[in-house]
Amino acid sequence: MSVNDVIMDALVENKVDFVTTVPCKQLAGVIEKIDEAPDIYHIPANREDEGMGLCAGAYLGGKRPAIIMQNTAIGVTINSLTTLIQFYRMPLPMLISYRGEVGEPVACQVEMAVHTKALLNQLSIPIYHFHKPEDADELTDILSYCYMSKKPVAVLMDATFWKGA
Amino acid sequence: MIRSDVLKTLIPLISEQLLVTNIGLPSQEMHLLDDQPSNFYMLGTMGLASSIGLGLALAQDKKVIALDGDGSVLMNFGTLPTIANNVASNFILLIIDNGSYGSTGDQPTYSGMKTSLSDVATACGCDHVVECQAEDAFDTVKAALEGDQMTIIVCKCESGNIKVPVIDIDPVVIKDRFMKVVQS
Repeated sequence: MSVNDVIMDALVENKVDFVTTVPCKQLAGVIEKIDEAPDIYHIPANREDEGMGLCAGAYLGGKRPAIIMQNTAIGVTINSLTTLIQFYRMPLPMLISYRGEVGEPVACQVEMAVHTKALLNQLSIPIYHFHKPEDADELTDILSYCYMSKKPVAVLMDATFWKGA
Repeated sequence: MIRSDVLKTLIPLISEQLLVTNIGLPSQEMHLLDDQPSNFYMLGTMGLASSIGLGLALAQDKKVIALDGDGSVLMNFGTLPTIANNVASNFILLIIDNGSYGSTGDQPTYSGMKTSLSDVATACGCDHVVECQAEDAFDTVKAALEGDQMTIIVCKCESGNIKVPVIDIDPVVIKDRFMKVVQS
């Protein structure tokens, strides 16, 4: 089973019904599936902090939101994560394409990769690093944990993981 | 008329509506003038009132007003194409455009110079954009609330602020009481 399907199944099982995305090459397959999913409102955002605002509003309105983005987005969302998502105590699963890891062809992506976990740790955001395709089997439980705890959670999915797509 | 005068005239209309209020003085003025559980006060995150408002409007059926400012919309311009392309007929984006960053000392914004926010919203594809003067805010918002069409209102007013206390309600309390109104 493709990791894209495993991710989709986890979203559906957790009744995730509002997903905002900013694309990444590695995320193309899963974004396409989300766009086709009948029970998910897919709203592409122009920037990830905007996406977090959309997710916060959807949560206030009773939805179970999620954001799909690249790890470079950590650079533009720290204020939204702290003063909106964490301050008001809202759940936000962040499914993150972890660029800049082993297998990365673009050197510039490494610059953000080396800071990604440190920044998330600094924000006390739980990190789950998916390296092998079978790591995705834990996503269902990670999503449940996120909505239970009403906190942001980061799932970092690296290039080796996406070979399973 | 300055922003607080506009808000005073609007209170009979918006008091019981779901309001997402922009960080700083818009939130603080609404809190002082008409604190309601149906007000979601943004205590941080400048720029995202319109995004939160749109997400909320798409998620449920009640009317939603995002009470935003020109500086805040300028900070999150990407919101306008997202709003234009994800139409929520229960959503009103009310931009109080005083041409200045009121909460930080009335520094001028570009919307008070050559940039027209209503033209930008129209160019982004928003179908129903209304620009009005402060004196017409009541009638414009009333028409938007009575209609069944997503509306972007750019309400021009003078720059200036009243003295207001900071909001010391816990953010989780703001969220909790707001969500109870949404669910009621």
